[in-house]
Amino acid sequence: MGNGTFVLAAAVAGAAVFGLSLLIHNEYFFFAGYVVLQYIVLATAWNILGGYTGYVNFGTAAFFAMGAYSSVVLYKLVSLPLPVLMVVGGAISGIVGFGTGYLTLRLRGVYFAIATLALAVVVQTLIVNWDFVGGARGAYIMRPAQVPLFGNYIQYLFLVMLVLAVVALVTARTIERSRLGYGFSAIRDDELAAEAFGVPTLRLKLLATTLSGALMGMAGAPLPYYVTYLDPASGFNLAYAVNSIAMPLIGGTTTWVGPLIGAVLLGTIQQVATVTISSAANLLIVGLLLVGFVIVAPNGIVGLFEQHWRARRA
Amino acid sequence: MSAPTLLAVEDLSKRFGGFVALEAVNFSVAEGERVGLIGPNGSGKSTLVNCLCGTLQNETGTVRFAGQAIDGLPAHRRVRLGIARSFQLPRPFATLSVGDNLRIPLLYAVDARTGVRHSKAEIDARCGELLSLMGLADKAARPPLELSQVEMRKLELARAIAAEPKLLIADEAMAGLSPSEVDDILALLVRLNERGITIILIEHIMRAVMSFSERVLVLVAGRKIADARPEDVVRDPEVTRAYLGE
Amino acid sequence: MHFPFELLANAAVSGLLLGGFYAAVTVGVAISFGMLDIVNIAHPAFIILGSYITYIVNSTLGVDPLVASVIMAPAFFLLGAAIYQVYYLAFEKRGQESLRGLAFFFGLLFITEVALILVFGVDYRYVTAPYAGPSLHLGFLILPLRMLVPCAVSLVLLLGLQLFLARSFAGRAILAVSQDPVALRLMGVSPSRIKRFAFGLSLATAGVAGTLLIIIQPVEPSVGRDYIGRVFAICVLGGMGSLPGALVAAMLLGLVESVTSTFYGPSWSPAIAFGVLLVTLAVRPAGLMGR
Repeated sequence: MGNGTFVLAAAVAGAAVFGLSLLIHNEYFFFAGYVVLQYIVLATAWNILGGYTGYVNFGTAAFFAMGAYSSVVLYKLVSLPLPVLMVVGGAISGIVGFGTGYLTLRLRGVYFAIATLALAVVVQTLIVNWDFVGGARGAYIMRPAQVPLFGNYIQYLFLVMLVLAVVALVTARTIERSRLGYGFSAIRDDELAAEAFGVPTLRLKLLATTLSGALMGMAGAPLPYYVTYLDPASGFNLAYAVNSIAMPLIGGTTTWVGPLIGAVLLGTIQQVATVTISSAANLLIVGLLLVGFVIVAPNGIVGLFEQHWRARRA
Repeated sequence: MSAPTLLAVEDLSKRFGGFVALEAVNFSVAEGERVGLIGPNGSGKSTLVNCLCGTLQNETGTVRFAGQAIDGLPAHRRVRLGIARSFQLPRPFATLSVGDNLRIPLLYAVDARTGVRHSKAEIDARCGELLSLMGLADKAARPPLELSQVEMRKLELARAIAAEPKLLIADEAMAGLSPSEVDDILALLVRLNERGITIILIEHIMRAVMSFSERVLVLVAGRKIADARPEDVVRDPEVTRAYLGE
Repeated sequence: MHFPFELLANAAVSGLLLGGFYAAVTVGVAISFGMLDIVNIAHPAFIILGSYITYIVNSTLGVDPLVASVIMAPAFFLLGAAIYQVYYLAFEKRGQESLRGLAFFFGLLFITEVALILVFGVDYRYVTAPYAGPSLHLGFLILPLRMLVPCAVSLVLLLGLQLFLARSFAGRAILAVSQDPVALRLMGVSPSRIKRFAFGLSLATAGVAGTLLIIIQPVEPSVGRDYIGRVFAICVLGGMGSLPGALVAAMLLGLVESVTSTFYGPSWSPAIAFGVLLVTLAVRPAGLMGR
């Protein structure tokens, strides 16, 4: 399926999802659905740098929260429509991603991973100490009285995140099948050899880091409006870091479908578990699944399917 | 009347901590030449290749390619300028198919150099061509890990050729091949040379090096100890002592 | 204006004592990351695990924490050996350490922290011991025993390990495996066996460090996260596999943290270690004493 066709198909699918969801008169569905869509974006964004290029990012929370807090800052200064906030959040996170990459991508991959861990803590500490955005006490956000387009603000947020999810998936798929995708794969498989055969590895890695960070920032920008009360503890929740890693690794890292499957599956399980058991127990499940899959099914669910089909053909 | 110098190495040195891998290496290669590089294991041949190609950076000395000093340039820029190498221990891209392994240099070395974007069909065709040249056409869609050692070495060489270099450095590309396979690769290299590609052949298989090369460099313990025609190198007492054995 | 010399001096002293302890926390990572090239970011989680086990043994059986650590160390050693075996079979052998190995340890970090929260809750736990309360007074210097004792134990631990690595066959094999695994194999020593032994050692130090930690301060599950930054900052700053380097870097970090915390407040502490790490990686990745 060519790229143009896919974009169309994705848009249609997205519209269908939204259309069907309007028939559901349960507001909780939109709340939960928003979270799952958010994770689709985060998992897909993580996978561009992690699965495609082979560089692990432990600092999803930092990029995500920077998007959220840039919205808080702008909320206190001037009133802007949500799409604009998302662009700003994406830009800020993208720039920080670029900066982090510039400092550490010339070193080995593990140093980049550790640096992203460092980044998450540094950014969180800066926010905690910044009174303008509420510091440790947090900030209250009021949703605008006028809901753009229609009905319910939560439905609007759901739609916005749905659009972002479609954009993220289309981006991932386009990269996957392009010249850039081959470059990323070469870096992941053998960076030294990739460089020796013409791949500008540093440039591509910076591109992946910036793009990944920007998408995460865009996913974070609407968060303050979703929760209406944002504090560093929730913005930097470890759940974001572990989920954005677990979902692609469990779903499958080599293709855009993997993070989608992982996000929908794990996201839904967690929404159910949080309500029925407890949020700590649900995180434990995610952790166990992550370790289990990584040991037993390194290519994720997608990999298991592929193995199954290959065995049937043989 | 001699051809212009393509590669000039002046006073190249490389250390790893306290260990001196290369010391004051000097030589040049003219356009279209066939040069052999021999030396015992550990003499620094691969380190030299790495320094020429940009995988490692030399500490002192200058490397000039087509008159331009390329010290400090990263490897991918040197490939685009026209130096390509095969790795002594093959380093295929494991999750890409055999054919796609060739796609990388085609996309990132050739297309990038010329600025021309070939279509997928054109690149597929070129991959197929190169694979046929190496006798690997039937393995195009397979993962590289399914290849035998010998086939992997051929793929490695094919990758270097795919980059359409002006200077091709073949680092022990023939290890483990049968005599007739060695002849095949030699014939291929000669054909490439006839088309104008300068070749540096690094090998332990003496008959191959001696028959192929117009000139042979001998590297021992990081130093160049000989730089002459094959028949003269064989008779050089220092070489015999250090390398060929008494 | 009276410059607060006494405050500064005490901050510096407790910083150095803390730094000594930080060295014990880091030595395990100096082995696993510095020498074996295994990025065990779950190391701090195992330290916290050690703290909690010490707490249980101390509060239910009244066992002195230091005695508890002597018993815990072998248990943690075996745990480390088991974890390495899984890591080796699942990742090292398959050549997938970089992405999946990292994710594996991250998963372990996560599971350990969440499991501790589920079992113990988020309340702070502490131990009771004769040296947990009193302090030594030297002039205007106050030396809390609860910091002095762990620092002393830590220095002994470091010295012991350094001697072991330099003098014993097993120790030198560990140093060798990071430099030349092939040569090691030619000598008839299996690299994976040595690595398993070393990783077990690494985790054993984590257990001991956990005991020391809960002597110094009350512990709750998320405390481990503060130590991820410290551990890697010290490891990198100290020059990866160098134990003396780790000690110097640890004391330096302890000093900086303590002085900053005293004069600017504790809410900046977590960022200091990571900030140091980022700067080191950007400016001098080989560390102070790096190769």
